[in-house]
This record gives sequence, C-alpha cells and structure tokens, in this order.
Amino acid sequence: MPQMITTTLTVNGVQRTVTAHPDTPLLWVLRENFRMTGTKFGCGAGQCGACTVHVDGRSAFSCLLEIQHMAGKSVTTIEGLSPDSKHPLQRAWIAEQVPQCGYCQSGQIMRAAALLKDKRNPSRAEIVEHMKTNICRCGSYPRIVAAIQRAAKEV
Amino acid sequence: MTARNPHPSSLIPHPSKRREGRRRFLKSSGGLTLGFVLTANGLLRAVDARACGEEGDVDINPWVHISNSENTIQIMCPTAEMGQGIYTSLPLLLAEELDADWRQVRVEQAPSDKAYINPDYNNVQGVGGSRSTQGYWKIVRLAGAQARYILMANAARSWGVSVAECSTVPSHVVHAASGRKMSYMEIAKLEEIKLDAPQFTEKDLKSPSQWRLIGRDVERLDVPLKVNGSAKYGIDVQMPGLLYASILHPPVVTCPHPLYGDGAENGPVKVDGAEALKVEGVLKVVQLPHGVAVVGTDYWATVKGKRALKVEWRTGSAASRYDSEATKREWAAVASDRSQKGRAFDGVGDFDAALKAAAQTISAVYLTDHVHHACMEPFNATAWLLHDDLEVWAPTQGQTWAQEACGRVTGIPADKVRVHTTFLGGGFGAKLEQLANAEAAMLTKALDKPVKVIWSREDDVQHGAYRPLSAQRMDAAISAEGKVTGWSHRLVADAPALRARKVVWDRNPGTDGSVAVGMTQPYGIPNKHHEYVHRAGGVPVGYWNAVGNGFTIFAVESFVDEIAAKLGRDPLDLRIELLTDERGKALLKLVREMSDWGRRRTEGSASSRAEGGTALGVGYNHGGRWNCQIAEVVEVSVDRASGAIKVHKVWAAADPGTAIQPRHLRQQLETGIIWGMSAGLRERVAIKDGVVQHSNFHDYPVPRMDEIPDIEIRVVQGALGQASGAGQIGVAPMAPAIANAVYRLTGARLRAMPLLPERVKTALSSPQQQVA
Repeated sequence: MPQMITTTLTVNGVQRTVTAHPDTPLLWVLRENFRMTGTKFGCGAGQCGACTVHVDGRSAFSCLLEIQHMAGKSVTTIEGLSPDSKHPLQRAWIAEQVPQCGYCQSGQIMRAAALLKDKRNPSRAEIVEHMKTNICRCGSYPRIVAAIQRAAKEV
Repeated sequence: MTARNPHPSSLIPHPSKRREGRRRFLKSSGGLTLGFVLTANGLLRAVDARACGEEGDVDINPWVHISNSENTIQIMCPTAEMGQGIYTSLPLLLAEELDADWRQVRVEQAPSDKAYINPDYNNVQGVGGSRSTQGYWKIVRLAGAQARYILMANAARSWGVSVAECSTVPSHVVHAASGRKMSYMEIAKLEEIKLDAPQFTEKDLKSPSQWRLIGRDVERLDVPLKVNGSAKYGIDVQMPGLLYASILHPPVVTCPHPLYGDGAENGPVKVDGAEALKVEGVLKVVQLPHGVAVVGTDYWATVKGKRALKVEWRTGSAASRYDSEATKREWAAVASDRSQKGRAFDGVGDFDAALKAAAQTISAVYLTDHVHHACMEPFNATAWLLHDDLEVWAPTQGQTWAQEACGRVTGIPADKVRVHTTFLGGGFGAKLEQLANAEAAMLTKALDKPVKVIWSREDDVQHGAYRPLSAQRMDAAISAEGKVTGWSHRLVADAPALRARKVVWDRNPGTDGSVAVGMTQPYGIPNKHHEYVHRAGGVPVGYWNAVGNGFTIFAVESFVDEIAAKLGRDPLDLRIELLTDERGKALLKLVREMSDWGRRRTEGSASSRAEGGTALGVGYNHGGRWNCQIAEVVEVSVDRASGAIKVHKVWAAADPGTAIQPRHLRQQLETGIIWGMSAGLRERVAIKDGVVQHSNFHDYPVPRMDEIPDIEIRVVQGALGQASGAGQIGVAPMAPAIANAVYRLTGARLRAMPLLPERVKTALSSPQQQVA
C-alpha cells in the first residue's frame, strides 16, 4: 500500500503536484521535489526562519508545514517574490550590501516582505520585533534594518 | 557586471564531460588564458594555459582568461566564499595589478588543484585562520602585474614600439606618444601572443597611491545571487538520479576526522534496519564505522527511516566518560599546579625570580566552556563515484583535505577526487571538518549512484568539533614601586591539531598554535612566562572562529584589569602604558576618545538607572600574525535580580594595515563583535557522559536582532600596503571587555565564560570569591 500521497498546490502562481509522505515539510517539497532551493533548511523546528515563505500571503516557516495540509494553498517563495529580482527589498538588500554568507537571506527577505505588506512605514522597534524570528549567524542585522528602512521609503 | 555561482550549472553535469569542467575558461571561444606557476625562487612564471591541455605534459590551471567574444576578464577565486567577501576581494587584488576595468571582471570558483594552494595556510587549498588575504596577497598581485606586462608587450610588438613607452588605463594598453590604444580583448585576439615577461617582485607592484580598486568599495559579486535565491550552496546541489542520505550518529558525541580516525569507538555494533526499509522511498540501510546511513530516493523518507532504525552502539570509549564540568574543575587544578609541565614559549626574563622579588602578587584562574559553530547551513555534501573518479560537491573550507579524506575512505587517489566548491552557508571553522564529505563519498561507493548527505540541525549541534574548553592560571608580580615586573600565563586545554592536523601535531607534539594564539600580547613586562599544558578530553574539539584567541584573550585582558584594580590605576591608561606596540597604543587612545571613557555612566537612562546604571569596560587584541589589531569598549548594565548582562553599545577601533574593501572589513569586524558578545554572554556546550546537552537553536541560542547593541567602528590604516587577516580579530576582546565593565559597575569579578546570569548572581553575592 503506498504511503505517499499526491497533493496539488500553487507555487509562485503555478499549479504543481507532488507525491510525498503526508508529513513531509513543505520546505523539502520545495527544495527537493520542485528543485526551488532558494528557501533554506536551517533548523527544522521553526527556530531560525531560514525556510520562511508566504502561504496565502502570510509569512510562514515552511519547515513546520506538512504537505498533507497544503492542498489548494498558494505559496510564494523567494524565487517568486518578483519577476526580475527587483522587489524594493531586493534592491535595498543590494544597496545596503546586506548578505555575508547569505544563507539566511531568502528567509529574511520573505519575512521583511510580509512586514512591509502590513505596515507601510514600520518603526525600528517594529522591524526588530517582527524580524527577531529570523537568525543570521553572520550578524548582518544592522544592515537588514537599514535595508528594510530603505525599502519602506520606496514601497 | 553579472555574477556567477561558484558552481555554474554547466558544472553539475554529466561526469563524462568532467575534463571540460576542468578547463572551463578554455571553453570560451577565443581569448587569452594565463596560468601562473610558482617557481623555486618564489616568483611567478606566466604560462599559456591553452597550450597545456590534455596533450600537454604540464598540468596548468588557469588564473586569468581574457575573452574577446564575451568582452570579459575572468579571474579565478582560489578559495571558498563563506561570507567573508573573498570571492570579490581576492580577484580584485589581481584586477588591481592587471589594471582591469572592474565592470568587465567575472569571477570563477577555482576547481580543487594544487595551482591554487595558499602558501600561508598549511600549503593547502583551503580557508581558515584568517589567512586568505595575507596568503594570496603577493601571488595574485604578482600574477596580475605579470599579465598586465604581457598585454603591454604584445600590444607594443604589434605597434612596433618599445614596451617601455606603453602604459595602461583600465583594460587598455596605451601608447601615449602616438595616441594609440588597444583593449585587452583586442590584444587577446592577436595572431600570436608572446608570454615572455620578466619575473616581477613586490617592488614592481603599484604603490598604495596608485591603487584604483584597493581601498575603494565595490559591490560584492555574490550579493545579487543572495537576494533572489539563486546562490548555490552545498545543500542546493541537484542532479539527475540523486539519492539522499540521513545519518544516525551515536548518542555519544562523535566527529572523527576521516584522515585520522573513523569514529568506530562509539559506532554501531548491531543494526536493525527492517522498519526503516519499510518506509516508501528508502532503498538501503548502510552501516558505517561511526554511524548508520539511511539512503533513499526521497529525502524525507530517509528522515523517517532514520527515526525507525534500531541500533545498538558500542560503549566504553573515552568520550562516553567525558563530563565538561568535571573536566573544567580537573584542568583548573592542573593550571595551578606548576609541577605539571607543558610547553613554554616566547618567555622573557625570569618569572620565578620576579615572583620571589615581588612586593605583592596577584593570581586568578579563568575557566571557559566549549562553544559550537551553529552555521546556518548544516553539514552536507554530495558525491558521485564514477569509474575511478570521485566528484564531490561540498560547502567546504578545505578542498585539499576533502580530496584526501574522500580519497582515503574510498581508496581513490586524492588527485582523482575533484572537489566542486559551492558557496558556504557559514564556515567559522566548522567546515574545515571533513566528516560529511567522507560520508557522501562512502555512500556513493556503496550505492553506485550520486548521493547527497544532509545533516539535521540536531546532528550538527550534537556532533560538532567544539572549541576546546580551557582552564587558565594567571600570576603577576608587582614591585614595591607599583610596577608590573612578572607575568605568567598557564593554559590547559585540548588541541584541535591532535585530531584534525595530526601531521602538524606530530612534528611538534604538545603545541597547537590555534589554541595558544593570543597568549603573547605585547605588554612590556620584563619577566614573562607562557605555557601550554595539553590535556586530551576524548571529545572532538575543532576550529571555532579565532579558536583559542577567544579564551586566551579573555584571561589576558581580564587579568590586566585585575592588575589595574590592584594598583588603583585606570585600566585603559595602564594598557597604554604597558603596551610596546605603537599601533595598539593608538587604537586604545582612539577608542578612549570614541567612548568618552572618562565620563561617568551611572546616570544613564531611566531604565538603566533602575538596573543600577551602566559602566564601560575595555578589551584589546594585538592579533599577532594576523597583523590586524583591535581595541573594543563596551557599555553594559546588569539586572541584579536575574544576573543578566545587557550590552548597550560597542565602540571599536581597528587597524588592519590596509583596508582592501572597507565595507567588507566593517562587516567582518561586526560579525566578530557579535560572535564575541554571544560567546561572552551565553554560548556554551555542556557535555555529560559524552552526550551533548543541546540539540537546536532553542537550547543553543545565538543572537537575534533584538539583542544587537549599537556598534560604532573606526578603522585606522596603520601599515598601509601591508595585508592582514581581519576575519576573527573582533571576537576575543568582547568577553573580557564585558567582564571588566561588570567589575567596574558592581565590583564583582567574573572569571568563568560565558558570563551566564547564574554565574553573575553568584559573583554579585560574593564578589571577592572565585567564580566557576
């Protein structure tokens, strides 16, 4: 008897189908089944935010979302944030030269994009409060704040 | 400027085309490809890498390729990018001397090859110890200068003029007398290129006043890839037919270095994989010497399979008896027992005589815990053994060691192992480790398919190579006139070299520069004794951001403060007085001014008043061979109820000699400061009965955005024209600076790092007692 199930969901506007174990985290479906590796594995426990994506418009840890609950959902990953890598946050990230190792930055940008959707002009305290879910081991935090503030001016 | 991934997709390929990958510069149609060979006298000889293809007898790998069809100048990055910016700054050094138009520069990640070794880092291709900039500083600039000369000479020949009359402007050779100008790409297209060039020395290189690129910020070439998810890390490697592996490691901490051990002492004795094999997508359970691998066609299936394994593990190893707290206590006794001899080094005068003659003496014991790297990208590797060639894709800091380690576990000669270096999601010394690479190599051999090994976060936290814990005994002799006349520093710690650089260790057993680094700070004290007493704990210790510097400087800089307190001197002034290094003195003066050191802080803000105000503390790091120095001042407050320390502000003055890319430099210093704060306040790996007592970020917390203090950095170029290693310098002074500030604020001396709240509370309740 097959243990895997087939699920259809929308990723970056495209309908996609996957056959996987029901408890497979969305993260691994994105990375290994759909080969969209911009979303990163950091902890598998909702502790670091490297796997942050948007699900139906809200930021979420894709390492905690089982594929069996994802049918019909709409997922946006870093690859789908903008068609040309020119989202105000992506431009601000380059202008402020935020990334060092860069591994956490997809998650940071997706987390920040959700913030700017809700709040046009967040205060520094609001940025910090919202972003503290996401770890950057290189400590690029001062530049992440600067980049979000820069992007907020443009949005 | 378009950036490229270190391993473009063309590189992940059909292995039968591997030789094309090897010479990927050459695939570009047309153009000039130059390799450089280090000659016996340490100079470079330029060679036409086109002439050394498969038929050639000399195997030359290219450094520079000038492509007229693409209008680009491709430059190899010999070592790995792990966040430190080397992917931009090393090619930039070559471009500087080549006089290349930076907009035309493309960077390629070098393949694993002897051509790219760092002569200043174990003679291997690898990155660690903050050695890349210094190690390649001379070679890549000489290569650039030689390439520029070749371009000028060939342009001159085609014009029928003397090369002496020619000069360059970015990417062009100019003959001013006739007004002629030829681009590097046009030169690369000439019918015949002659490679005769004199052998240049450093005297022939540009002076700092002639630099166009060094010292001026350019955008990092890897950044555009890192904002849209296209940057490829090791864990991102994909290829047709790829299998996945999850590995169950033993409960006892196990991280063998595959060149020197297999970890079998804690390994499996009986494996029941029946349940694992029932998971759809699992193909095979493979018993390894140190663990058990579950291999399958679906990654999550292998995770489920791993959870279903039933394994009986070998017991009784030294590691299984290890208790970090007990070890610390035991080694503290060793540190204070001068009859237990270690290796003394860099001594001055006669410390014992100074101690006998002293009017007063001071002593203290400092203890530090293990810490873990917690790179955001957990260990992973992909390997494919095809016929007699082994391809490895890895986020590794050590290409040469990866070749050797993967070769050793598969029986493939190291030179038949090709390592494709991806971007690294953090390195910090962790990714010098070769275990995951070896696991992938063993599994591709067992399965005859490409295999990607992915460690879980728990694997990564529980089977790391931690910074050694340490016990340090400090003693000082003070004369009747109040002068410091004697200084003794005895360090007891395990040695990463013993497990990971055994070749180095065996040449000089009992010493490990990575552990003792920082003990010989240039404080001008007439009688000094430094001694490293090696003790092995049996658990894996490794190279962590600045390694021993993090604990030796904690002891040195705390103890200088204790001496100042005893003498009733200002701790910053005493440092300036004692230091014999003028660059160091200048930094301390600068940071004194930046932080307004003399101002009383206790008035503070309403919130800090409630906590009992704030105080400043200072720490200094000479940096030794790194040729980079830093002085840091921190402002802290203490919550006396909980014992929690808060760092409000950091001022740092740094002198890297030359700031090649000022913005990268600031990033590196900030990273160091944040790591130093985190290690100083909180990071700690406890090991009990050989089992690591942490598993993920919830119980091994690292700094988050809301904990980052305001950081103000000023950079002084006290030795313009000299290279330095700035990647780790900022780490060490933070912990002692914080402890020193807490002393000024509360009178309680903290001698155990990290400065955990419970340790602070104990110290506050009995400030004169030893805190451990």
